[in-house]
Amino acid sequence: MTNSGYSLVFTYIVRRILATIPVMAVVALFVFALLHLSPGDPAVIIAGDTATLDDIARIRAKLGLDQPLYIQFVTWVWGLLHGDLGISIFTNLPVSKLIAQRVEPTITLTISTLIVSILGAIPMGVVAAWKAGSWIDRVVMVFAVLGFSVPVFVLAYLLIYVFAISTDLLPVQGFVSIDGGLGPFLSHIVMPSLALGMIFAALIARMTRASMLDVLAQDYIRTAQAKGLAHDKVLIGHALKNAAVPIVTIIGIGVAGLISGVVVTETVFAIPGLGRLTVDAILRRDYPIIQGIILVFSAAYVLVNLLVDLSYTLLDPRIRY
Amino acid sequence: MSFFARMFRSATAAIALGLYFTSAPAWAQSAPKTLRFIPQADLRSIDPIWTTAYVTRNFGYLVFDTLFGLDKDFKPQPQMVDRWTVSDNRLTYRFTLRDGLKWHDGEPVRAADCVASLERWGKRDTLGQKLMEAISEMRAVDDKTFTIALKSSFPLILDALGKLSSNVPFMMPERLAKTDAYQQITEAIGSGPFKFVKEEWVPGNKAVFVKNPDYVPREEAPSFASGGKVAKVDRVEWLYIPDTTTAAAALNAGEADWYEQPPADLVPVFAANKDITVATVDPLGNHGILRFNHIQPPFKNLRLREAVLNLVDQKDYMGAAAGDPKYWKTCAAFFGCGTPFESNAGADALLKGPNLAKAKDLIHEAGYKGEKIVLLSATDQPIVHGQALVTLDALRKAGLNVELQANDWGTLITRRASKEPIDKGGWSIFHTWTSAPDFFSPAVNIALRGNGEKGWFGWPTDPKIEELIDAWFKAPDPATQKRLAAEIQVEAYTNDVPYVPTGQFIVPTAYRKNLDGIIVAPVVFLWNVEKK
Repeated sequence: MTNSGYSLVFTYIVRRILATIPVMAVVALFVFALLHLSPGDPAVIIAGDTATLDDIARIRAKLGLDQPLYIQFVTWVWGLLHGDLGISIFTNLPVSKLIAQRVEPTITLTISTLIVSILGAIPMGVVAAWKAGSWIDRVVMVFAVLGFSVPVFVLAYLLIYVFAISTDLLPVQGFVSIDGGLGPFLSHIVMPSLALGMIFAALIARMTRASMLDVLAQDYIRTAQAKGLAHDKVLIGHALKNAAVPIVTIIGIGVAGLISGVVVTETVFAIPGLGRLTVDAILRRDYPIIQGIILVFSAAYVLVNLLVDLSYTLLDPRIRY
Repeated sequence: MSFFARMFRSATAAIALGLYFTSAPAWAQSAPKTLRFIPQADLRSIDPIWTTAYVTRNFGYLVFDTLFGLDKDFKPQPQMVDRWTVSDNRLTYRFTLRDGLKWHDGEPVRAADCVASLERWGKRDTLGQKLMEAISEMRAVDDKTFTIALKSSFPLILDALGKLSSNVPFMMPERLAKTDAYQQITEAIGSGPFKFVKEEWVPGNKAVFVKNPDYVPREEAPSFASGGKVAKVDRVEWLYIPDTTTAAAALNAGEADWYEQPPADLVPVFAANKDITVATVDPLGNHGILRFNHIQPPFKNLRLREAVLNLVDQKDYMGAAAGDPKYWKTCAAFFGCGTPFESNAGADALLKGPNLAKAKDLIHEAGYKGEKIVLLSATDQPIVHGQALVTLDALRKAGLNVELQANDWGTLITRRASKEPIDKGGWSIFHTWTSAPDFFSPAVNIALRGNGEKGWFGWPTDPKIEELIDAWFKAPDPATQKRLAAEIQVEAYTNDVPYVPTGQFIVPTAYRKNLDGIIVAPVVFLWNVEKK
């Protein structure tokens, strides 16, 4: 790429990053409004089953929840602008600390799921397209249907039963950071990644197959075959590279689904990740945590989309910003 | 070699490498003296005065200590207190602390810490508030002695200081106890048998405690919250596993040692494992509650409440709430069965079982004209929801117009705080349940109170019950207390029906057979537990 080319990409990145500011502002307003307008009162939950209305009112006042909504919103946004996501109503710990505790397990689970699904699904999709109409193609499509149909928690329980309870090969639950050793780390992440990866792999396999079929029908592929190039060179070197743009798009969209999908996996495998933190916070109406996490997820999704868009320029030289 | 052959070789090598690294699992090998406990709920707050959550109460018992503790006969026994004296007119108590008591930060426990702790507790707890009304002065005389001067006799003062369940009067350093009672303390520094390792706390996942080497246990044998609190393990890990199937699998696989409250339908899973014991270590259990809204129609009408009383079949409720009959029993006593104040006085309607004909007569007598009844439920609380479904069926069979509104627990407890009519978001009935330490006596059974809109949700008004409860607090001896408790129950069943007890049930616990010394009590205590 020339210097002017790099400059254009840099400008594009800066523009996209600046564009996230109004996006995040809308998300912040939307999340705040949705939370405070939906039923439930954290003061009631805190006060407990034996509390009186007076107790509840005093707790609400201490938490600032008796303030008008616009004041609560401004207070929160003011904190955000200073990098303060607030304090958890229940644990009294900074939201940023709670999120920091949970980021590693969720990112690890997401990345390992992506690796497992992409490494499995793309070759399956390529082979299915190459052998379209054959029994291989049908097997891959059955896998794709199963992947969409079997709920994550059902697959999770099956994996636990086979690999943990019956054979004692892997642990039932929990998460071990890579600092705790590669062996324990891998043994704890394998099953959750497989459980969560199945649906994602199904999606990628189908998209890969469809995109490859489209590209394999092109004239330049016939030319490459006519020139006597080996099958793998045609498939990988020419067809897959040209089919990559829609596949990468679906991976990017799928990451958003993964972020929400980790909730079930984290719950079943007792992984202390962001998904579970979100669900627990929603159930007990811990507003600062919910607000903080939604903002973090939104920022992450915007970043993922940016990376996907930038990858197009690598995959297809015709695409320039 | 083709691309696919090269890929296959690489994949095989990767799998082999992975199996090599996973062939020596590290998860099963915990330190030999670490107790891995799956608690009933996630530890969200470390302040047992700020919240009444049972899991925080249980946390409190590990980290904090109390001046007195109730034994298995519900009698208060000294714990942090070494000796005490009472003036002849029984209005002045003088307490002297035991030697060698230290906070986890190394500072000695002082009388001033205890006074401040009691003041904070007295602002939040209902029994504490009652005690504080009777106190004219509390002060530290010196570092080991403090006095409580009463305005009027309060025979239950020691029972109050040894209250078993939320809010337990835990002792804290004065600097923490001075925290506003409606704000959380920022650190959990107690003088209990275990120290909380806050650095390792991951809310929603794990809480860690280590043995307090400076703790001086009493010499008596442990009995409920009294006696010697000897920490027999070096470390306790609370592993919160939200999925009950996974939690059961973890116990079966040896990744946990004790599962506090497995759901009833998973208990048979443990039966097949010879390394696991399923037991009932809570001798008293819990009490289901059907609570009316007394300030809004239609249950503002006593006759209609009586009608519902005549529809209740406790066997149906307990079957729905607790499943296996070996874990429940019918019990019409407001103060529970197996407790010091157990009585069947006034409970004929519930004891005789459902009487649809009588219920219909009472409905007619009440002048019921088909007004909507809103029955609240929480689908994320199986015990609550099970009871609600039984009520729905029973009320509909009697011809009542009832609508079930099921949400989550957070929504239910927000909604029940509403005093508005049905058409403005109010409610008619909700279900809940409570454990024995919170219903066994008039001192703690807040659902039985008749203090109207100042009271617990439902807001029954019955001045006679209030008068009887006040008399009970002043009763000079156990026989009078028992008589008055029976009178309270008769008044409740005859003229009030503040709620209907739906039965008494126990949640079994499951632990690995290498654990010993589990204390039989209505609260889970982790001292005295040994791991072999």
